[in-house]
Amino acid sequence: MNGHALVIRGGEVVDHRGRRVADVAVRAGTITAVEPGIDAGPGVRVLDASGCVVAPGLVDLHAHLREPGGEAAETVETASRAAARGGYTAVVAMPNTDPPIDSAAVARQVLELGRHALCDVGVAGAITVGRKGEQLAPMAELADLGVRLFTDDGSGVQDTRLMRRALQYSLALGITLAQHCEDASLAAGGQMHEGTWSSKLGMPGIPAEAEELMVMRDIALVRLTGAPVHFLHLSTAGSVAMVRAAKDQGLPVTAEAAPHHFTLTHAEAESFDPVYKVNPPLRTDDDVAAVKRGLADGAIDAIATDHAPHTQEAKEAPWDEAPPGMLGLETALSLALTELGLPIDAVLALMSWQPARIAGLIEHGGPVAPGRPANVTVIDPAERWTVQPERLASRARNTPYAGRPLVGRVRHTVLRGEAVVVGGEAQR
Amino acid sequence: MKHLLSVQDLGAEGVHEVMRLTDSFVEVSGRAIPRVPALRGKTVVSLFYEDSTRTRLSFETAAKRLSADTMTFSVSSSSVNKGESLRDTVETIEAMGIDAVVVRHKSSGVPWRIASWVNASVINAGDGWHQHPTQALLDCYTIRSRKGDLGGLRIAIVGDVMHSRVARSDVDAFAALGAEVLLVAPPTLLPASLEGWPVKITHSLDEVIGGLDVIYLLRIQRERMTEALLPSLREYRAVYGLTADRLRALRRDALVMHPGPMNRGVEIDAEAAEDERSVITAQVSNGVAVRMAVLYLLLGSGADLVAPPAGDQ
Repeated sequence: MNGHALVIRGGEVVDHRGRRVADVAVRAGTITAVEPGIDAGPGVRVLDASGCVVAPGLVDLHAHLREPGGEAAETVETASRAAARGGYTAVVAMPNTDPPIDSAAVARQVLELGRHALCDVGVAGAITVGRKGEQLAPMAELADLGVRLFTDDGSGVQDTRLMRRALQYSLALGITLAQHCEDASLAAGGQMHEGTWSSKLGMPGIPAEAEELMVMRDIALVRLTGAPVHFLHLSTAGSVAMVRAAKDQGLPVTAEAAPHHFTLTHAEAESFDPVYKVNPPLRTDDDVAAVKRGLADGAIDAIATDHAPHTQEAKEAPWDEAPPGMLGLETALSLALTELGLPIDAVLALMSWQPARIAGLIEHGGPVAPGRPANVTVIDPAERWTVQPERLASRARNTPYAGRPLVGRVRHTVLRGEAVVVGGEAQR
Repeated sequence: MKHLLSVQDLGAEGVHEVMRLTDSFVEVSGRAIPRVPALRGKTVVSLFYEDSTRTRLSFETAAKRLSADTMTFSVSSSSVNKGESLRDTVETIEAMGIDAVVVRHKSSGVPWRIASWVNASVINAGDGWHQHPTQALLDCYTIRSRKGDLGGLRIAIVGDVMHSRVARSDVDAFAALGAEVLLVAPPTLLPASLEGWPVKITHSLDEVIGGLDVIYLLRIQRERMTEALLPSLREYRAVYGLTADRLRALRRDALVMHPGPMNRGVEIDAEAAEDERSVITAQVSNGVAVRMAVLYLLLGSGADLVAPPAGDQ
């Protein structure tokens, strides 16, 4: 497949170096030329990019691929197909699988599955054994396999001393710890954001402060240890403000936000449909506005999907028995283009080169330049489409965006020279 | 109206309509044979995922007095314990050919989910901390039968509002009928936000008790202590309980109400429960007539409202 040559013709190339109208020639998995009017020649496949933006492939810092252990909801293969259709050429698999990615053996298994996938699959390792928050996972062993992000995502590391030690230990390895910020005791039993809607609907709430307390603590620990921290899925105005202030002080912190936290609010819970149940929970209009502002002004570095497939049966349970999480890979880019009001290069910074840098994925995130790996996505920023759950490539159907009209869609995705998505459809 | 999920589904006009219908069914209930053919041929299922003998019996009695067929689906003896999902259970029951399902569930919102899956009418018999509309209706009826009208009455709901579906429904119903609603509770037992609630708040029962037309006591559950919401039941009783002492501060014409089951000696002393101002027993007996009214409103054709069943018995 890598031997195939192709030309992406007629688009506008956008990467962190800027914008220019150019065709992109690819051979043997590598970009060979980026210039106007490239002659395809015989036997060279041409991908039409007229009216489109040709960008470095998107990078998702936060995807739950569910394999091993949750194959009824998703596999590495099905998730990667969803990712490719969403414009991603790389995703970072979260370690809360069963068994969790807290050992080299499980990391190797997921990485091996990723070799056959429709996008590159990196893994995040657990910070603690079994994600139990008690004992450090073998981070050096995992780092040797190329693991660059570590997190107990699904829960935060509660023990402050342990988190301090983990950060100190990470300094020797050139890795970044990523935190799911949630004070477990304050959030205990919570089913949705604590506020007007939880009060009205009679559901136990998770106050914004449950997230903010851990953001605050971890910023203090960054100051104490000098080790970097990446904040996962920030959802509150207070969290965004604290991360912004920490950056202003020069502390090595980065942050991501998920599309549902800039497009949906806790009012959705009124339907009691657990498709809207997610953790951190959907928050208020003010929080949504703050997340959008953070994405626009650099307080937040990346849009990450928190793609969390669940089976239909699991989501047809009563709200408080249903698992949290929603699909994200196939809708994230379109939601960002539709809802953020940012120029496309700003959206791409948040979805491609900035997350690639955080994850240490040097083959992704561009630039679109000769000699670089041909990981490219072609986006039609004007295409209008409506989310239809039954048409998603993910094995699961738990998207909260069914029926939502969106503007902007991925047309083609090229993974190391292979056209894995053409005309919006996965090729394998 | 197809379903009764919350008091808001009814609105003030709907609540009034249920009250008027209830008057007729109270009359039916007083007959030697308390039975009318209004829902003959209809099947009503009670689907109780949470134990509640009194509410279930009240609904089943109401359905039988309307000549409906009744089925009971109780979770302890069902396939739910074999791992069947909520949706599968509900669709299986509907496949038996039913007209209404009366749902009680420990999780807020379950009746809404069921209503989205089935064609039958869904009646909420209590969901989590959220709503218990027929309780609110029987409470309104009980107050109305003593006071004539709820307009302008000062009603205090005392206790664990946060965890109470009764409180959420009563607030909506009492306010819809023009009462002034006061929530009396320690801050730990109030919802995090009362924005938009048609209520006033106080933390002192003693300050307000002398001016009340109705005092409505909520049940306190013992696990509230382990959740650090209260120091002790003893302290709760001392500050918020309707004790024999506080009973003396209550007006002569005030009503004492409780949704049951009572914790005597905690939120209500025995003297208060048995005081002549207590209408707690009337609440229970009105429950049947109110539920007849609700079933009739949702399932009835409009005819045969109170005629005795021809040739029956």
